[in-house]
Amino acid sequence: MAKEGLFSKKNQKLLSTPLNGNNPVTVQVLGICSALAVTVQLKPAVVMTLSVMAVLAFANVIISLLRNTIPSRIRIIVQLVVVAALVILVDQILKAFVYDVSKQLSVFVGLIITNCIIMGRLEAFALGNKPWPAFLDGVGNAAGYGLVLIIVSFFRELLGSGSLWGYKVIPESWYVANGGFYENNGMMILPPMALITVGAIIWFQRWKNRDLIEK
Amino acid sequence: MDRNGNTYTFLYASVMVVAVAAILSAAAFNLKPYQKRNEEIEKMQNILASVGVETTPANAADIYKEKIVSTYVIDNSGNKKDGDAFNIDLKVEHAKAANEQSLPIFEAKVDGSTKYIIPLRGTGLWGPIWGYISVDSDKNTVYGAVFAHKGETPGLGAEIATGKFQAPFAGKKLFDSSSKLVSIIVAKSGEQAPAEHKVDGISGGTITSKALEKMLLDDLTNYEAFLSKK
Repeated sequence: MAKEGLFSKKNQKLLSTPLNGNNPVTVQVLGICSALAVTVQLKPAVVMTLSVMAVLAFANVIISLLRNTIPSRIRIIVQLVVVAALVILVDQILKAFVYDVSKQLSVFVGLIITNCIIMGRLEAFALGNKPWPAFLDGVGNAAGYGLVLIIVSFFRELLGSGSLWGYKVIPESWYVANGGFYENNGMMILPPMALITVGAIIWFQRWKNRDLIEK
Repeated sequence: MDRNGNTYTFLYASVMVVAVAAILSAAAFNLKPYQKRNEEIEKMQNILASVGVETTPANAADIYKEKIVSTYVIDNSGNKKDGDAFNIDLKVEHAKAANEQSLPIFEAKVDGSTKYIIPLRGTGLWGPIWGYISVDSDKNTVYGAVFAHKGETPGLGAEIATGKFQAPFAGKKLFDSSSKLVSIIVAKSGEQAPAEHKVDGISGGTITSKALEKMLLDDLTNYEAFLSKK
């Protein structure tokens, strides 16, 4: 068998399909709860994305390396221990180096453990594939998850707080309070609007990509 | 060895658990100094916020050094005693008898006048709440207050950490006209209290509001002797 290139067509697909055609959030509808919780502003959404990416990529690689040794009866427990250990590491590192962000994410970092995307990828992919494809699959799926998070938080922060990445983008003089015509939409800050935004993304995606529509 | 046998499964699980425990303890041990530093900076920021000085994590330590002119520890009769005010753990102190507690005081110089900052700690609805209250040089008029919490209900009890709740504390009085310590009443709607001792509680967050009121009264009672000494 000819040796497969690191970025062969097949491997590239592992990275790209989760971004659109097989997106974990909009197509598989996994990891919705955290997508609602951390998308009020861009910054926590990006940090959450990076944290999930680190956890998922490493967990995939570790499980893939161990795949031939894991006793099948306790494989879920082994996966859980690996994920939990990585999440605690990420949490400790955030606490040490980006304290304010870690305070903002608070409980949600710990809840990465329960993010269905992670267990789903470990069970469905890492247990049956070599480390490198598993790594790409992890990065790809986390990126697909992050893409949705970032789109949602972009609109929520822009329309809900009038800022992006914490910086004001709507001029102060536009606001009704200063004699203007504009007011932030307080609804955008609340979780229901995150769900509706995710719904709008799913709608848009299916409108562009008819193959995704269930018959 | 049979990969589905009990022996293998038990061995595998034990080795895995020990390995993971070792990695995690190593990480926790090595990151501790950084995390401790962050917590100290947050504490400095909170102390400064109670006298209305806004800081960023980067400049907090410098501004703290500049604004906080003196820190000391007193007992509940108002006499100074030995101790490092900044590193006192109120949780430990509150477990002791009232006359054995070490009570920290932070003295700040803001706009040329002295403010006394008193740390607070109590129990909210779901977990600990804490904060800092600063009083003017008359040791009676509240200059500012900040509160924080571990896990109060978002949108309800958690509102104690917002400026909207904290701002009305400024200008309130701790003692009434006969020099009796009344502290501050965190009133639910319709509750009667003299305006100079009363701030509005949080609707839907009554238990947290009342817990905060109790925290203020309990902790300030310890400082009563100090505050009465003009």
